[in-house]
Amino acid sequence: MKIFTLPDVGEGLTEADVANWMVKAGDTVTVNQVIAEIETAKSLVEIPSPWAGIVEELYAEVGDTVNVGDNFIGIKVTSTAGDDDDAPQAPLVGTGPKADTPGRRRRRGRPRAAAPAEAETPVASEPEPAPVPEAAAEPVQKSDLFAKVLAKPPVRKLAKDHGLDLTTITPTGQHGEVTRADVHAVLEADTAETTATSTAPVAAGESESIKVTGVRKATAKAVTESYTSAPHISVFRQVDATRTMEYLETLKKHPRFENVRVSPLLVLAMAVSQAALNTPQANATWHGDTYSLHHYVNLGLAAATKRGLIVPNIKNAHDMNQLQMAEAIQELTGRAREGKTQPAELAGGTITITNIGVLGLDTGTPILNPGESGIIAFGAIRQQPWVVNGQMEPRWITTLGGSFDHRIVDGMEAGAFLADVAAILEEPALLIS
Amino acid sequence: MSTISSPTGHQLPEEAIGVLSADGFIDPTESAKAFVDDATAIDHERVAEMYRLMANTRRIDEEGVNLQRQGQLVLWTPSLGQEAAQAGAVTALQDRDWIFPTYREHVMARGRGIPDEKVFDFFRGAVHAGWKPSDYNMQPYTVVLAAQVPHAVGYGWGIAQQQRGWTDARRAEEGRVAVACFGDGASTEGDIHEAMVFAASFDTPVVFFIQNNYWAISTPFEVQSKVPLFKRAKGYGFEGFAVDGNDPIATAAVMDHAVDHARRGGGPVLVEAHTYRMGAHTTADDPTKYRTSEEESQYAQSDPMVRTEQYLRRRFDYTDAFFDEIAAESEQLAVNLREKIVDAPDTISLREKFDLVYAEEHPLVDAQAVAFDRWMEDEDAS
Repeated sequence: MKIFTLPDVGEGLTEADVANWMVKAGDTVTVNQVIAEIETAKSLVEIPSPWAGIVEELYAEVGDTVNVGDNFIGIKVTSTAGDDDDAPQAPLVGTGPKADTPGRRRRRGRPRAAAPAEAETPVASEPEPAPVPEAAAEPVQKSDLFAKVLAKPPVRKLAKDHGLDLTTITPTGQHGEVTRADVHAVLEADTAETTATSTAPVAAGESESIKVTGVRKATAKAVTESYTSAPHISVFRQVDATRTMEYLETLKKHPRFENVRVSPLLVLAMAVSQAALNTPQANATWHGDTYSLHHYVNLGLAAATKRGLIVPNIKNAHDMNQLQMAEAIQELTGRAREGKTQPAELAGGTITITNIGVLGLDTGTPILNPGESGIIAFGAIRQQPWVVNGQMEPRWITTLGGSFDHRIVDGMEAGAFLADVAAILEEPALLIS
Repeated sequence: MSTISSPTGHQLPEEAIGVLSADGFIDPTESAKAFVDDATAIDHERVAEMYRLMANTRRIDEEGVNLQRQGQLVLWTPSLGQEAAQAGAVTALQDRDWIFPTYREHVMARGRGIPDEKVFDFFRGAVHAGWKPSDYNMQPYTVVLAAQVPHAVGYGWGIAQQQRGWTDARRAEEGRVAVACFGDGASTEGDIHEAMVFAASFDTPVVFFIQNNYWAISTPFEVQSKVPLFKRAKGYGFEGFAVDGNDPIATAAVMDHAVDHARRGGGPVLVEAHTYRMGAHTTADDPTKYRTSEEESQYAQSDPMVRTEQYLRRRFDYTDAFFDEIAAESEQLAVNLREKIVDAPDTISLREKFDLVYAEEHPLVDAQAVAFDRWMEDEDAS
């Protein structure tokens, strides 16, 4: 058995998480067949098999972190290096018979040669693929850089929505593209397989062990570090946001805001950015012997994504007018949702908003994003009875919660900061931009 | 920048010279008039040779990605999508002309007969330069952006000195040309400006061959330049052309003209070949982080290999037999390469590389070598 150790697939990477195994012990693999997907600090990368043979051992499970240079897969090699899987149909040199396995290369319009069956027994004990119609004859196993599969955008979306990799779908389209029907075929097959073979999820009454990896791991580390190093104080303030709600109705009808989403978060983001300039202690970084007061605002927005919680920030939010801010929020959250947040967006934040109102929560005591001294929890906005000029009235009420680093922020600064934010939510006309 | 939509969906400047449609029909752009006859007069042997270079390289390119993922290469730089531009350029040259490449000119290296394993030795980090430049009249791959362009101009200056006083006939027969390859990203480097000023001042026989693949790693071309790059030539005082770089015969015809102009002592020429990097910048890059799959699939439709194949079939009646032969040949090249590359030893040690940076003694490199020795001793001691 030959052991393949994990290579550095980037420039200077030291480890990677196993995202997916495409093979298991006992499987026959061909040279360059994709055997696994690994997730590095940079991207998801497919690993092609270096040898043809039979898989003997996988040295890591899905979710495990493997160091570069550690054992990755053991393969009992059954052919020489010259025995490439993707060999042409007619033998070119005397390297013996070759297994006629699925090819990676586009072979448009080439008639499939009548199988040269004479003595062409495959080396590996791999069953011959069953005869299939021409168009479906070449399922693809591609390395990611070459996975330029043709498909119309709606079909791409359909596949993506169901978590399917287009490169694994057999195209039957007129021009070799993956069609809607192809995707449905795979989905149906998957459903059939799941119902047939899936083991039941962990039964009630039992515990389930989950490996800590990726964003979960990073989040755990960040909150622990922040919570144990920065003494948090949390303060709350109820706010009558009725004027904000009315103001947003006006804004939504304004032609300049036609193509952008307008929500209470926009007003809060503007308010927090202005308040942070007035009370820079809430927009600061503790270093130990010194601390920095930032006279600019890189406004973080906590975002729940498929991969977990991330906090990208809007650079120089204090300089933005409302339209710019609305667009910035839309772009930032859009990229986060699509998993396309850039590393630069995650760095250099100075203060954060966590919009827990969308979860139906009224308030909370959030944990500071490491390196920041203020974080604001934006609670749900509900219609509640409220006393205005001695009269009970239904008003739109929300609760602002704030956590601050007590090494920099005392009650006085926390109060001043929330008062500034509240003032704008109560009267958005104070936004003079 | 004003653009027109080619039949491929590929956005080209309106001045771009293009002759073939995406499916290989002759369908010239407005600006192609002066070149249509030359392009369509290119014989089938040259088009077939371009196809062979492209197809062989694409298979080897794919093997490059695989070998990197298998830990055999430090890095690989795919040329996927840019094959036609390079094939058009390299077939426009005589063997006596010199090529100054970036790190992605795999089709041009093949056109010069450089064995695959020599190119791969470079990406294994196993050698100093990969090949001996004077064996192939092609400089080693240059990773430092734009550094090769002043080199090309300097070399061209030397050619100009040598050929001073030559007759037109002798120039046509024996004259030489230097080709400076670079991309849209490098076009922003100061070296390019200096090189172009110098080339214009001294009428050096240099062709500035730009492959504009629209992405400088993650920076899109519209950020890189507000005008198409070929327009810059006018400011320096020489001629510039934009060509559909995914159209092999248009690129070949324009490069033929540019090389001929430089060879005859007409001074430098700039050719901007508009192509598209269909793959990643390198194996350490992930393009899904900065561009959409919609964009990629749009450009996939202007795949130069498809276009060239269709043209050969339609115009010259090439059949499956030819394409099968090339596919088999490409496959065999990949198999042979794998045999030579997998677990191959380094041909020189890291220490020896210090001795190969300059032909003569160099105090800075000497000091670095001493520091390296000391560091190795410390490593051994610990």
